[in-house]
Amino acid sequence: MSLRWVFRGGVAAPHRKNTYESESSVINTPEKVIIPMVQHIGAPCTPTVKQGDEVKVGQIIGNSEAYVSAPIHSSVSGTVTRVEPMLYASGKLVMSVEIKTDGKQEVYDGISPPEVKNRDDFLKAIRNSGLVGLGGAGFPTHVKLNPPKDKEIDCLIINGAECEPYITSDYREMVENPSSVINGVKLVLDYLNIPKAIIGIEDNKPNAVRLLTELAASDKRISVQSLRSRYPQGAEKTLIYTVTGRKVPSGKLPADVGCIVLNVNTVSFIASYIETGMPLVKRRVTVDGPVVNQPKNVVAPIGTSLQDLFDFCGGFKSTPYKVLMGGPMMGIAQYSLETSVIKNTNAILAFDRKEGDLPSEWPCIRCGRCIEACPMNLMPLEINRLVMANKTDELERYHILDCIECGSCSFSCPSKRHLVQSIRIGKDAVRRVKVNRN
Amino acid sequence: MENRLYVCSSPHLRDNVTTQRIMLDVIIALLPAAAAGIVYFGLRSAIIIVTTVAASVLTEYLMRKGLKREQTISDLSAVVTGLLLALNLPPSIPVWIAVVGAVIATGLIKQLFGGLGQNFMNPALGARVILVVAWAKQMTTWTEPFVDTVAGATPLGLLDATATATPIGAAYSYMDMFLGRTPGCIGETSALAILLGFVYLLFRKVISWHIPVLFTGTVAVLTWILGPEGLFTGDPLYHVLAGGLLLGAVFMATDYVTCPMTRKGIIIYAAGCGILTTLFRLYGNMPEGVSFAIVLMNVVTPLIDRYTIPVAFGGEKHVE
Repeated sequence: MSLRWVFRGGVAAPHRKNTYESESSVINTPEKVIIPMVQHIGAPCTPTVKQGDEVKVGQIIGNSEAYVSAPIHSSVSGTVTRVEPMLYASGKLVMSVEIKTDGKQEVYDGISPPEVKNRDDFLKAIRNSGLVGLGGAGFPTHVKLNPPKDKEIDCLIINGAECEPYITSDYREMVENPSSVINGVKLVLDYLNIPKAIIGIEDNKPNAVRLLTELAASDKRISVQSLRSRYPQGAEKTLIYTVTGRKVPSGKLPADVGCIVLNVNTVSFIASYIETGMPLVKRRVTVDGPVVNQPKNVVAPIGTSLQDLFDFCGGFKSTPYKVLMGGPMMGIAQYSLETSVIKNTNAILAFDRKEGDLPSEWPCIRCGRCIEACPMNLMPLEINRLVMANKTDELERYHILDCIECGSCSFSCPSKRHLVQSIRIGKDAVRRVKVNRN
Repeated sequence: MENRLYVCSSPHLRDNVTTQRIMLDVIIALLPAAAAGIVYFGLRSAIIIVTTVAASVLTEYLMRKGLKREQTISDLSAVVTGLLLALNLPPSIPVWIAVVGAVIATGLIKQLFGGLGQNFMNPALGARVILVVAWAKQMTTWTEPFVDTVAGATPLGLLDATATATPIGAAYSYMDMFLGRTPGCIGETSALAILLGFVYLLFRKVISWHIPVLFTGTVAVLTWILGPEGLFTGDPLYHVLAGGLLLGAVFMATDYVTCPMTRKGIIIYAAGCGILTTLFRLYGNMPEGVSFAIVLMNVVTPLIDRYTIPVAFGGEKHVE
């Protein structure tokens, strides 16, 4: 193995990958789905259907003219019952389409493998597929794959780190569909003319490393790297640094250091879409947490409610106190079980009061553990102090905008201070000041 | 809306480490030094230790009550302060002076400035410095180990008085000093006991090696260079083992609240402690200078922190 770079900081978060061996099971088609028109970073979609319309699987129900956006498809066949703002995973009300399913799951007529001859066809196909980053923030993939002309991309990085506790959705893709992952990588390398790809996988997933290494052996451009299991190994900047030694400059994008990073599920979906033409209408979700009866990996239509998913996993052992969308380090706490799975939902977790309660804060003792833990080399305790004192103008001295909100600082704090929370508040304040200044 | 879900900002997972546990670890790490003090200087040391701990906790309790603040004695930091103060006092100190010290440490230096995390210098050391100035005689009256008689001088005092070239022929051997069979403060004489505590703290990851090693290293190098008979004639080992250097470097200079937090800051701070200690010891009018050195560096810590903000990941080329 070539020279290895070790990112600084991070924490030894517990793995808790209870669902490693849980082969994906497909949920019974729910009675209804709620599909929000915001499932990605960028412009929201506008509904293209109205109440009473009949829709089929794969039919477009929301679209946008904006470049940074991705169309949204119906994940079921049935009848549109409501088109109005509904509760969204972030806690806001967002325009959504509710569809009562007919249980037939009939496929839309227009579904056929796309014709792809060149780079432009490829990017267009990916946009049409509705694909967004399936691992994290949900950035439209066709935009990611089309960096500005002056940025030469020489390395495609496939993120199979999956460093968040509990989540095994990426792992299951790598062991259940390894050839699809590799095929997706080859397609991206071919059409975008990128010379090499590195698949990075944390070393707590030796099966995935072995399977993909075997399959990648046939293509000299593709290599697999086993990575140290340390949170946040899978954060974009730390991953790029670990596999290439390149540091994405503050405020810049991976393309600025010649890299594109795609999640394993994202790249695998590219292969399946090019083969079948079925847009992004379902995904694998890890359902886990101490109060879930049968933790599982579930393949569910986009728009399936959290309640339906938990029911499919045997319901709750006891009343859930806190429910998360995403992992425990960066996931979003949910207001209701009515909210639905969206394109980038990789896990839903339910906790009891013991694990879910927010510990109360003690005074900072300046132990410096948050500084040691910060992969971005920041001083979270100082930022926390300044935010609490409303000293917004001093925050940029402490590089607040470089925070990736990975949660390592709060995790490691012996005084249980709400560091990330205050940093988020501080970031907002700094951005507001910047907007007002301009 | 029964069954409401609890919503808060991520992360939703926290490490097991708590402030209380860290304080408990420091207390455990101080036990060998305390035990050595009791073995060498008798029951009187135990009385001083119990007195300062009790006075420190009581002061904190009453201050919090009087200031109408949340009670914090359960965080154990007052116990640490009391214990550290006792280990920095001579065994023969009058009990009432020890109590005054504990009140100064916990009441004045810690609680009046806002309690845990807000003190501008290490409370125990700050109190010690005040006691040394206020009751110079009592604070420098030493007891011979094992026998309850007034001793002539500590190893450092000896060095100061005679300024002999090699103190090895003097009253105390390296082995005496390593084990702690010398006059001195209750917890400072036994290098062995302090090092046991150091290893425990390292093992529990409560502190890192940087400050203790850089601090003592600086003193060792400087005392060697600035020897009594010209350059490079000093006895670094004697200086490391004598006096309160090890106790200070391991337990006091590493106090989280009053030391810098970044790598660069830590180097500046530890070197500063070492340089000041050496200057006070070699050229000051008192034999010992560790407490003064640390307290001074405590006070400049906010300044060091302000000028050692680390460059953010990927921020290297964006120097503004």
